[in-house]
Amino acid sequence: MNAVSPMATSATRTVRLVYFAWVRERVGLPEETLDIPADLATVVDLVRWLKARGENYEAAFARETLVRVALDQHHAKPQSPLGNAREIAFFPPMTGG
Amino acid sequence: MIPVIRIQREDFDLSAEIAALSAGRADIGAVVSFIGLCRDEQGRLSALELEHYPGMAEAEIGRVAAEAAARWPLMGLVAVHRYGPIRPGEQIVLVLAASAHRRAAFEAADFMMDYLKTRAPFWKREHRSDGTLGGWVEAKTDDDDAAKRWEPAP
Repeated sequence: MNAVSPMATSATRTVRLVYFAWVRERVGLPEETLDIPADLATVVDLVRWLKARGENYEAAFARETLVRVALDQHHAKPQSPLGNAREIAFFPPMTGG
Repeated sequence: MIPVIRIQREDFDLSAEIAALSAGRADIGAVVSFIGLCRDEQGRLSALELEHYPGMAEAEIGRVAAEAAARWPLMGLVAVHRYGPIRPGEQIVLVLAASAHRRAAFEAADFMMDYLKTRAPFWKREHRSDGTLGGWVEAKTDDDDAAKRWEPAP
């Protein structure tokens, strides 16, 4: 039986993910380069795909609506299309100033 | 008017910043300054550690500054934000807004701080006086409400 893995037939694209503050601590990495499925349409699709990758992502995104996102260094929303963003950042609500 | 935006580890000097802003010109009638300081929270904290998103921090404060410049007739706008460890009593952030008249300068400085709080990618972590590492400071809904004051009525 020559089962073809769905991953092998799916197109992927490479993105740089960066994490800050407690999102960084829970993921356990400041940044990483990942091949993500090209059919992930929105930020929330990406978050759910990440959560399925491991407990660390599950912990970081336990409250999906709390984590903020930036696409190529511009603030975005959970329903924003990923488009061709190369750098995707996840972080808590900001506390500067 | 080109806003001056700096993200830096080192401290800043208010007098030097105002002097640089107004050097060689006599048209400015008002400079409003705001400085945010690190509190010790009744002795509970030994420091705040400020983490930031390099690149986006400058870019986002620049976008807020461009909005302020479009909204008020400004002759100068400066925003300096520090990162790294900052001890109680030390300066964290500076905003200067200059205009011919005070109203525009007051409002622009207020606007800059409200949006800097809610949009600039910085995060504060507490270091406690007992030597232990504290938690990440939680965002205040008050800050979101303050920023909303500048939005047009629905």
